[in-house]
Amino acid sequence: MIELALVLGTPLVTAIILALVGHRRYAAEINAAGSLLTLISAALLTSRIIAKGPMWFYEMQFFVDPLNVFLIALTALVGFTTSLFSRPYMRIEHDHGRLSSGRLRLYHSMFQMFMCTMLVALSTNNLGILWVAMEAATLTTVLLVALYRTPASLEAAWKYFILCGVGIAQALFGTILIYFAAERILGHEGNALLWTHLNSLRMQLEPTTLSLAFVFLIVGYGTKTGLVPLHNWLPDAHAEGPTPVSAVLSGLLLNVALYAIIRCKVLVDGALGTRFAENLMMAFGLLTVVVPAFYLSRQKDIKRLFGFSSIEHMGLITFAFGMGGPVASVAGLLHMTVHSLTKSAIFFAVGHAAQMAGTQVIDDIQGLLKRSPTIGWGLMLGTLAILGMPPFGVFTSEFMILTTAIKHHPWATPILLCALGVAFASMFHKVQGMVFGEPTVKPLAHNPALVPVFLHLGLVLMLGLWIPPYLSDWFRQAAKFIG
Amino acid sequence: MTLAYLTSSAFASQLINLCAAILLLLGFAMLAQRRVLSLINLFMMQGLVLCTSTLIVAITTHQPHLYWSAGLTFLLKVLALPYILHRLIRRLSVKWDIETLLNIPTTMLIGIFLVIIAFNVAQPISLLSGTITRATIGIALACVLLSFLMMITRSKAVPQVIAFLAMENALFFAATSATYGMPMVVELGIALDVLVGMVILAVFFFQIREQFDSLDIRHMEKVHEE
Amino acid sequence: MNAYAILAQLLELATALVMAPILVGWVNQCRAWMQNRSAPPLLQTYYTLNKLFHKEVLLAHNASSLFHSAPYIIFSCMALAAAIVPTLSTDLIFSPAADAIALVGLFALARVFIALAGMDVGTAFGTLGARREMLIGFLAEPALLMVFFTASLISQSTSLSTIVETLAHKEIAIYPSLAFAGVAFTMVSLAENARVPVDNPTTHLELTMIHEAMILEYSGRHLALIEWAAALKLFAYSCLGIALFFPFGIPEASDPLSLTLAAIILVVKLAIGGFLLALIETLSAKMRIFRAPEFLGTAFLLAVLAMLVHLLLRA
Repeated sequence: MIELALVLGTPLVTAIILALVGHRRYAAEINAAGSLLTLISAALLTSRIIAKGPMWFYEMQFFVDPLNVFLIALTALVGFTTSLFSRPYMRIEHDHGRLSSGRLRLYHSMFQMFMCTMLVALSTNNLGILWVAMEAATLTTVLLVALYRTPASLEAAWKYFILCGVGIAQALFGTILIYFAAERILGHEGNALLWTHLNSLRMQLEPTTLSLAFVFLIVGYGTKTGLVPLHNWLPDAHAEGPTPVSAVLSGLLLNVALYAIIRCKVLVDGALGTRFAENLMMAFGLLTVVVPAFYLSRQKDIKRLFGFSSIEHMGLITFAFGMGGPVASVAGLLHMTVHSLTKSAIFFAVGHAAQMAGTQVIDDIQGLLKRSPTIGWGLMLGTLAILGMPPFGVFTSEFMILTTAIKHHPWATPILLCALGVAFASMFHKVQGMVFGEPTVKPLAHNPALVPVFLHLGLVLMLGLWIPPYLSDWFRQAAKFIG
Repeated sequence: MTLAYLTSSAFASQLINLCAAILLLLGFAMLAQRRVLSLINLFMMQGLVLCTSTLIVAITTHQPHLYWSAGLTFLLKVLALPYILHRLIRRLSVKWDIETLLNIPTTMLIGIFLVIIAFNVAQPISLLSGTITRATIGIALACVLLSFLMMITRSKAVPQVIAFLAMENALFFAATSATYGMPMVVELGIALDVLVGMVILAVFFFQIREQFDSLDIRHMEKVHEE
Repeated sequence: MNAYAILAQLLELATALVMAPILVGWVNQCRAWMQNRSAPPLLQTYYTLNKLFHKEVLLAHNASSLFHSAPYIIFSCMALAAAIVPTLSTDLIFSPAADAIALVGLFALARVFIALAGMDVGTAFGTLGARREMLIGFLAEPALLMVFFTASLISQSTSLSTIVETLAHKEIAIYPSLAFAGVAFTMVSLAENARVPVDNPTTHLELTMIHEAMILEYSGRHLALIEWAAALKLFAYSCLGIALFFPFGIPEASDPLSLTLAAIILVVKLAIGGFLLALIETLSAKMRIFRAPEFLGTAFLLAVLAMLVHLLLRA
């Protein structure tokens, strides 16, 4: 009980404190401390769930099982490392005059608020609250994306708000439809939106309504996940917001939106007994893998490049969950983990690289390795990892996804391989030029925080070589919930 | 006509059907509207109709939480949001005509097709529903799609936001008509989100105008290399 | 079929022929009052018709036989239309023929002839008016058909008599679809009868006129017939509006007592309707001709909405 209260309460309290003192020198430390406390409570919560199994909290409004506790832990971890990274990063931005003290306060406060909304979305048992939390997460990130108040960032934030606002409205309609189907069985006492109740009665839910609901839900939450053709906001939001925000957007928010889809998919599968939801997810997933692969080579902005790469990986994960079955689900969960670790590490490195060059244009960032070997290697290794090179964890999960595809959906394999190949060629070529080559970049004024980069990459490397037994157990349990 | 008939559910469902029809008409009126001020007034009327229909459902079905939600609708959508919007356009002095990306008759025709689609989609669900308001699910969905269309076809920021709010109205109507409303805690959360979103956008408007000297979204579209 | 049905039919036709000019006079009178002008007498249209019937017919040199047969065709179309709209009773000998779609066809036939006659002499005004008339008709007809379809869907028939019987004897209920259809019908009638805001029947301003432009070349008894036909058209549309949206009081039987009662109710309804028409005309300004498509487009939209709303809320 107390663990969940801490997990949800710490970011909220930190956000309130930072709203008051977020512009002071020591605000970054408060931010990091708050995130650390969240991480510790998340770890305690995780150990408790591992020991005791799924649990309900607060009159069953919150529910934690192996599936979401793993995402809660991941969220808390990436949140903590991002707060470490943002300390020097934001200081440099402040010194360059890109951010006033007031904006810094807004940033710190909204960062914690964003963590809070995501943790609520992950831990709630109520599909309505899930929606409310997702919408709140949109609102906080809109503020974060528009932090610089430049024309481009305002445009990106506006696009983000309008597209996700529309998308999430569709998700609300889907939620209403689920409630409508559930109310006929559970009555309108407020229990009819509780996921666990719905899950226990999922065979009785009305199939037509549920299939329609799922279409709305996948379109709605899919907009936030960045599924093609609803992905338009994603590259802009990643490119124009501050880099720590890009890191959490890619690393965490997309996962949370996907988590919402998975929760709904479980219900729909039970009610329909057909592969409707799976096929829909596979179709969306495949499209989302293929389309961005061909956009990658045309990108000139480094953060947009990795934004498109995030879309591609979300497509891969959606495809994996769409295939279903124990192996693919474990692979999907593993890919969620390694992608969010790798991608946030890459954004940390890219953030500093862009600061050194004073621009985000790929052609103007050259020779990172000569000026700062750590940033250069961090970016190179991260890129290799995200492109699926062994021995990193991304390779393991992609390998599992591909082998399952060969076994059950052989027609999709060449498409996937082709898309991954194209992505490899275009991204590797671009990053190679940035890391090697004649330097155009200048050293940084403050020491960059590169511990998070190598911590993440180390974890990804470890997951590629050896998955600890408790972790694999945990993946397997979670995969069982997904089905 | 006796008092018994006036309070019967048959009569109530007729009144709600009337409200639904008016909502649909308002949806089209918003789609056709050329002036921002009238658009806000239409939005306010939409809120009022929504509040009335919720109240009718509350009275007929004796659901106490629906009284609250009708009150909430009134406060938020008839008083607060139109007030904010009015103040906003006065401060920003945007009273000029709305520019549309498609001409209005074409938009209307697309609107009619959307209504037909919505009716077809909602047909199987309406048959399942046991509420006195079941026939209106299709209209609610049609209103959602119409607001969606309005959002796409408008080039200025303020009308886009009004379209967004209208979409939320339609969703709320869908919730009331399909299920007698969502649980109270969810409804409160949604209302809070909408209000906070509106305040954030209001701040945004000023920023956008400061940067672009206009609230025309098309001015924002700088060329992106994609 | 009984003798009363024949009697009622004849009576209805006679009523239409007699009442139509009076209705026009009444509308003009109301409008003059509202605009603070001294009103013309109620029977002014009769005086005009009388004067025109006594005047000599002047024909253009190149006028074809179409030109001098058109007034008779138009007049008979309108008389027939006025006869098949149930006003005094629904038990008429023309009832089986009184189909809503046939009615639209009748109006269309009259429109084609008046447009052809307008172009026949070859003056610029005639052609201009004819083209505008066809534009308006092209937009108004679908809307009118949609209104009829909505009413037909409610009563499961396109026969006007059945529609009126169903609507008049249903228990009181709120029909949002009929309300929409009613507004659409009003808009169509304004356009079809050349009233403000689409056309102004009282002016001869070359830039704006539609109906008047087509009949500039007519004189004498031809003009009288066309004027009378126009009055009949207004009467038919008014009665149609009454039959579709306020059918209460139209009896199914055609015995003398109910016919008398029906006649009194009809006069009251027409008086109110004429007053409202004058009110609309006074309150609105004439719009540019290029706005007319939008006006009629709105009417069409409303009519379609009415149909859709009906399908969803009743099906």
